[in-house]
Amino acid sequence: MVTTLTAVDLEKIQAHITAHKDVPGALLPLLHAIQDDIGYIPEEAYPLMAKGLALSVAEVHGVVTFYHHFRTHPAGKHVLQVCRAESCQAMGSEKLEAHIKSILGIDFHQTTADGAITLEPVYCLGNCACSPAVLIDEELYGRVDSQKIDEIIQEARSSS
Amino acid sequence: MIKVYVPRDSTALSLGADRTAKAIIAEAQKRGIEIELVRNGSRGLFWLEPFVEVGTNQGRVAFAPVQPKDVSGLFDADFLHAGAHPLNLGLTEELAWLKKQQRLTFARVGITDPVSLEDYLAHDGYKGLHNALKMSGADIVKTVTDSGLRGRGGAAFPTGIKWNTVLGAKGEQKYVVCNADEGDSGTYSDRMIMEDDPFVLIEGMTIAGIAVGATQGYIYLRSEYPHALKVLNETIGKAYVAGYLGDDVCGSGKAFHLEVRRAAGAYVCGEETSLLESLEGKRGLVRFKPPLPAIEGLFGKPTIVNNVISLATVPIILDKGAQYYADYGMGRSRGTLPIQLAGNIKQGGLVELAFGATLRELLYDFGGGSATGKPIRAVQVGGPLGAYLPESQFDTPLDYEEFTKIWAVLGHGGIVAFDDSVDMAKMARYAFEFCAIESCGKCTPCRIGSTRGVEVMDKITSGKEHANNIQVLRDLSDTMLNGSLCALGGMTPYPVMSALNHFGEDFGLKQTETAA
Repeated sequence: MVTTLTAVDLEKIQAHITAHKDVPGALLPLLHAIQDDIGYIPEEAYPLMAKGLALSVAEVHGVVTFYHHFRTHPAGKHVLQVCRAESCQAMGSEKLEAHIKSILGIDFHQTTADGAITLEPVYCLGNCACSPAVLIDEELYGRVDSQKIDEIIQEARSSS
Repeated sequence: MIKVYVPRDSTALSLGADRTAKAIIAEAQKRGIEIELVRNGSRGLFWLEPFVEVGTNQGRVAFAPVQPKDVSGLFDADFLHAGAHPLNLGLTEELAWLKKQQRLTFARVGITDPVSLEDYLAHDGYKGLHNALKMSGADIVKTVTDSGLRGRGGAAFPTGIKWNTVLGAKGEQKYVVCNADEGDSGTYSDRMIMEDDPFVLIEGMTIAGIAVGATQGYIYLRSEYPHALKVLNETIGKAYVAGYLGDDVCGSGKAFHLEVRRAAGAYVCGEETSLLESLEGKRGLVRFKPPLPAIEGLFGKPTIVNNVISLATVPIILDKGAQYYADYGMGRSRGTLPIQLAGNIKQGGLVELAFGATLRELLYDFGGGSATGKPIRAVQVGGPLGAYLPESQFDTPLDYEEFTKIWAVLGHGGIVAFDDSVDMAKMARYAFEFCAIESCGKCTPCRIGSTRGVEVMDKITSGKEHANNIQVLRDLSDTMLNGSLCALGGMTPYPVMSALNHFGEDFGLKQTETAA
C-alpha cells in the first residue's frame, strides 16, 4: 500500500475515530465523518478504523465497498449526480445523461481531466414531480434540460 | 407587518426559490417596504414552484410560479395587497387542487415554518403527545390499532399490531427506528414531511417510544436528502431544548432520545432488516425472518421499524382519536394516503386523499394529463418494484386489496406516468439492471437472477430465439418471485411481468400472444 495521506489527514482521521469509538453502530457515522472531512475513505485508514472500533480490516473493507456513497479515491472539486430512475427516464433523462457525458468527456464514476467534476449516477433524488433532476454537491435542480445543465456545469467550473 | 411566504422545500429550491426569496427581499428594501419573509414548506403544487404567498386579511393569496424577473412587476402590481397580476392565483385555500384533498398527515405542510416550534404548537402540534402521556402504553397501541393505520412504506402491515408485539416483548432496551430511506422513484412524501413538517415525525416517534417503552429512536435517512438532514438536526435540537425530547419528556418522567443516522446510497437498506444491519454499522445484508425485528431488531432488541408517513400520521390519530382517522378510506384501507404524482405529468405534486380515488382521477383531474401532451400509455405505481399499469386499469381505486387483485401494489403511493414514447421492454430491462446494481447479494435468485434477466431481455429485444427466451423470462421471474429473500428480488418481476403482459408488442409479441 502506498502511503499518500498527509500527516494532517491522518490526524483528522484519528480524531474522528476517537470521537466515534463509543457510538453504537459507529462504522457508518465514522465513514461519513471521514468522507465529509477529507473527501474520501483512504484504504490506509482501514487498519486504524478496525483497531479503533474493534473490527477486522475485512469488515471495514466490506462496509466501505457495499455502499455506493463511499469512495476510496478523492473526487473532483464538485460531484454531479444525475438521476437515472424511472420518473426521470419518463422525462428524457437518458438524453440528458448522454449530453452530460459528451460535454464532460467522461462516463459515470469518472472525473474530468481538470479535476473539476466527478460524474455519478443516482437512483432518485426525491424531486420526481419536476424530473429530470440532478444534484451537484448539495444543490438540487429540477426540470433540467441540456441548456440548464450547461449553465450548472459552467457555474461549478467558475466557482472552483 | 405583511408576511410573504417562499417555500424552502427541496423541489422549490430546485426551481430557484432561494433566488426568488432574495429578489423579494432586495426589492422590498429598495422600495422601503417592510415585509416579513417566511420560508414555509411547500403546498405540494410542484409545477407552480416557486409558489409565493402573501398574507392578507382574507387569507393567504398565491402568486406562482415566481422567478426573480417577475418580482419587480409584482411590487408594481401591489401584490403585497393581493393586487391584480397574471401570476395572481387567488386565495390559496380556494385552489381546487388543494380544496379537493383530505390532508390529515399533511395538515400543516406548506402552511407553517418547518423549523419553528412555536408555529408547530400554534397549529395543533404536540396535542397527540400530550394525550398519549395521559394514557397507558396498551391504550396508545390500541388507539393506533383501532385507527386502521397500515405501514405506509409499502408493506401495509397494520402499525398497531407491530407496536403491540414490541410492547409485549421483554427487554430492558427497546428502539424506535424510522425508515427514511425513501428510495423509490416517484416518491417524495417522506422527504416533504421531514423538510416541511419535521416536528410531526419527531412527535410521532416520541409517541411510539412512550407507547412501547423504547427510550432511543433513530431516523435512518438516505444520503440523497441533504436538506432534510439539516432540517431534522435543527428541529431535533429545538425539541430537546424545549423538553419534548430527552430524559424527561414534557415532565412525564419518561425518556425518549432521537438521532438521525445517514444511510449511504444502498436501495436495499429500505428493507427493514437490511436497514437494521446498516444501523449496526454493517453491510446492508437482508436478515432471515423470523425472528421479527419487533422481537429481535436493532442490536438484537425489540424494535419498531416504521416508515416516515406511518409515524407522522400517529400524532393526528392520538389528537383526534382512532375513529376520526378510520372514518376515511375504503375496505380494509383506512385513513388517507399521501399520493405523489411524478414522471411525465403536467401537474405533479402531493395529493393526500382518503383511499378509494381512482388512478384516472389522479392522473387527469389532479395531474392534468401528461407533461408532453401525448397520451399517457403506462403508469408505474409503488416505486421501481411496482407493476406497470395500462390505460385499461386506470379505473382501479387506490386501495391495497384492489391493487393486489390486479397483481399490482400501491406501495408508498408514488405514481410515475409515461407517455406513448415509452419502450416497455426497455423499462423491463431497466428493472433487472436496477435490481442487479442494488442487490445485497445474499440470496441467489436476486443476485444472479437480476443479471440473467438483463441478458435475457437483450436476447429478446435482439430477436434471438425469441419464443424460447420469452419463456425463460417467465421462468426466471417465477424463480425470483418465489425464491428471493426480500422484496427487492421478489418484486422485480412485478414491473417485468406487467410490462410483458400488458405491453407485449414492445417485446415483439403479436396481440394474440400477449395474454399468456
